Amino acid sequence: MSLSSKQKATVKDFFSKMSTRSDDIGAEALSRLVAVYPQTKSYFSHWKDASPGSAPVRKHGITIMGGVYDAVGKIDDLKGGLLSLSELHAFMLRVDPVNFKLLAHCMLVCMSMIFPEEFTPQVHAAVDKFLAQLALALAEKYR
Amino acid sequence: MVEWTDSERAIINSIFSNLDYEEISRKSLCRCLIVYPWTQRYFGGFGNLYNAETILCNPLIAAHGTKILHGLDRALKNMDDIKNTYAELSLLHSDKLHVDPDNFRLLADCLTVVIAAKMGPAFTVDTQVAWQKFLSVVVFALGRQYH
Repeated sequence: MSLSSKQKATVKDFFSKMSTRSDDIGAEALSRLVAVYPQTKSYFSHWKDASPGSAPVRKHGITIMGGVYDAVGKIDDLKGGLLSLSELHAFMLRVDPVNFKLLAHCMLVCMSMIFPEEFTPQVHAAVDKFLAQLALALAEKYR
Repeated sequence: MVEWTDSERAIINSIFSNLDYEEISRKSLCRCLIVYPWTQRYFGGFGNLYNAETILCNPLIAAHGTKILHGLDRALKNMDDIKNTYAELSLLHSDKLHVDPDNFRLLADCLTVVIAAKMGPAFTVDTQVAWQKFLSVVVFALGRQYH
């Protein structure tokens, strides 16, 4: 399910529109991940406070969103561009890839909340595909 | 049996009482068919599904969306026994409609995205938690009688 050039353009365009609120979306998305799917807190046991809306969660959400934006820039070669991030996730973080889908869903919900007019079904489809491709690239080095 | 707090019940009831069934149901089912095009396999007799625009204008799809969303009313009225409430519907989806139960989750996700768009900031973290809990119980119940 690779992205067509039209879908790549749709993704780049939407992410560009979203850029003023990208920190909010990142922070909110991770907060919602740990709230709606509490098992994901297992990856953050080293934080004093991994509850939704807490400072470490918000900060980390922003970091993750930064990574997603970086990936938009590498949309023509996600596997190549995300090689070192994939190694990080494979050998250090060892996040079960099922969680990438859960976080993607939370990101889509936040995008929809904050940009209801722009987040049309077509944009939703392209962004969902992109996030799925991103997840695949991140899991590339897992085994 | 699923335990619901008073707050969760209030949140779910509030969402439904403010719901424009026709608008939300049409948008959710259309979104599902567009974002996950393989779900169109169940809608062979529903006319033109050629592209996003035709799907969004398709009156048969709109009508069916409303039917599906009103199906959630049963869960709302029987929150303490959703599993049994949907036993018959589950068998229907399994034996007559032959729907892969993963599709219930896909539609539920699209419904969540549409409601988030409608509610904006009012779709708080707590609201999303309660809403997704409700939908996951429904999705589970609908898949429960598959054999």
